[in-house]
Amino acid sequence: MSVYDQVSANRGRHGGRISAAASYLPANPATAICFGVLLLFALMAVFAPLIAGDPVKIDPAQRLTGPSASAYWGRDHLGRDVFARAVYGSRMSLLVGFSVAAIATVFGVAIGIYAGMSRIGGAIAMRLVDAMMAIPAILLAIAFAALMDAGILTVIIAISIPEIPRMVRLVRSVVLGVQQQPYVAAAISIGTGGLPLVWRHILPNTLGPVLVQATYACASAIITSAVLSFLGVGTSPEVPSWGGMMADARSFFRIHPELMVYPGVLLSLLVLVVNVLGDRLSDALDPRKMVRGSV
Amino acid sequence: MLGYVLGRLLAAIPIFILVAIFIFSLVHLTPGDPAVLLAGDNANPQQVEKIRERLHLDEPLIVQFGIWAGNALQFDLGESIYSNKPVTQLIAQRIQPTFVLAAVTLFLTVAIAVPLGVIAAWRANGWIDRGIMAFAVLGFSVPVFVIAYLLVYFFAVSLRWFPVQGYKPLSNGLLTTLHSVTLPSIALALVFAALIARVTRAAMLEALSENFTRTARAKGLGTFRILVVHALKCAGIPVITVIGIGFATLVGGVVVTESVFNIPGIGRLTVDAITRRDYPVVQGVILFFSALLILINLLIDLSYALFDPRVKG
Repeated sequence: MSVYDQVSANRGRHGGRISAAASYLPANPATAICFGVLLLFALMAVFAPLIAGDPVKIDPAQRLTGPSASAYWGRDHLGRDVFARAVYGSRMSLLVGFSVAAIATVFGVAIGIYAGMSRIGGAIAMRLVDAMMAIPAILLAIAFAALMDAGILTVIIAISIPEIPRMVRLVRSVVLGVQQQPYVAAAISIGTGGLPLVWRHILPNTLGPVLVQATYACASAIITSAVLSFLGVGTSPEVPSWGGMMADARSFFRIHPELMVYPGVLLSLLVLVVNVLGDRLSDALDPRKMVRGSV
Repeated sequence: MLGYVLGRLLAAIPIFILVAIFIFSLVHLTPGDPAVLLAGDNANPQQVEKIRERLHLDEPLIVQFGIWAGNALQFDLGESIYSNKPVTQLIAQRIQPTFVLAAVTLFLTVAIAVPLGVIAAWRANGWIDRGIMAFAVLGFSVPVFVIAYLLVYFFAVSLRWFPVQGYKPLSNGLLTTLHSVTLPSIALALVFAALIARVTRAAMLEALSENFTRTARAKGLGTFRILVVHALKCAGIPVITVIGIGFATLVGGVVVTESVFNIPGIGRLTVDAITRRDYPVVQGVILFFSALLILINLLIDLSYALFDPRVKG
């Protein structure tokens, strides 16, 4: 979320905080629970074939039947195993979430550092970023996904494109801040420049805020991909996805609300733990969190 | 002051031009023939040829862009392939539900988020703060269509307080309209409010740690006066900025919510246009929303002058 840009930009100026943050994170019970839940989702995605049956097999004779030994959560309007679709659906969400976070990080950091170091290039890059951020992210993703061939790669690219400018803006603000630091000015004055300067002094300082932003990007990408599937512009309908399951359940919502509940709860839970981890990380990297009073 | 306003206006122009270029390239730089793309799946070769001619697709890209942008400046966004109506007319027909939904949502959001944020900052790190912040992280983790269906299930299907879906135009009276947009507005506002509450809290904490707050406390002002008159005014700028940035999220939410509640607004128009591969409409709607966002953020920039005396200069 772009809102955190300004907030996070001030944080994590000190590379050493990463290790401090890493040692602080598991000590908190909420963090530990979130890591645990995320791990469960990951195991579910990896071992889906061992946990659940066939998620795409259609069985019209058993359409909308309740829970049974063969389908723990019942069957949908095409007689497909809802539990199996829900388990396999985690693959889509995790794959899109982590891919988008990775793509946004790689491009965002590279462009952001360039924009922070180069005066003219930076000005041009920031105008482009402003323009891209003026287009509502979901609309951009919907239009892109609809124009290209349906597929998971299209979905990942469609969601990454609006996510990159947010990262660029954040990284650039950190880079500009770091350049004001006396030790960086000193490094420049003794002739450190180019790659060594970026590698030794600039990049480590961006690490903290970037990590937090990547976590939020992951969470919002999971939501956006669900929205795309829900609106029917994501991957093809037979590929199991939580958003797609909810779209299928719409017509039967009054009689079978549970078909909406399973994917809805899983989706919300996954996004929640990712967001909480992002918040924890952001708190752990923020030295000011320790000294806050109240009226 | 006048210089500031002019400067902001001038800064918005290149951004708008870049946005137009992006949206234009979206259709024209994707693989495949834009004429075939624009004509839709069911078009015959003559129709494709007609579109190619009408949109000057044989001309160089830069000329095409000039023609398209020139028309857009005169509020001509082309015609829908599906209904053959001008895109601007389609948008105008559907603007009312979207506007009402957005306005009610914005009102609810501010009414929920700002007090919550202020209270959370006042009771920072206490259990009230924790509770409010837990609500906030939940609010923007649960996707808007999940919240929407939860609300529909409890308040429309079970309790029957509100309609399951649909929109009653303003011609039926304000109360009827408001009744029909209550559930969609709450669903949208919960997501938006979560965001604003967090930023309000952060901005308030910043303001409460300032020296002027301590001075106000020292001279014996009451807690309410310190929070609302002194700190909140100072925290106003980041909060309003985020409301502006959040409009982009709100637009995305409107598209989804209108689809869930079957509200015939611009969001529904977008989704329908996409399922029908009606590209002139898709292009037009995105351009419309982007222009709206730029305009809103411009107005917000200008409103800083009200909050921050330094801007008046």
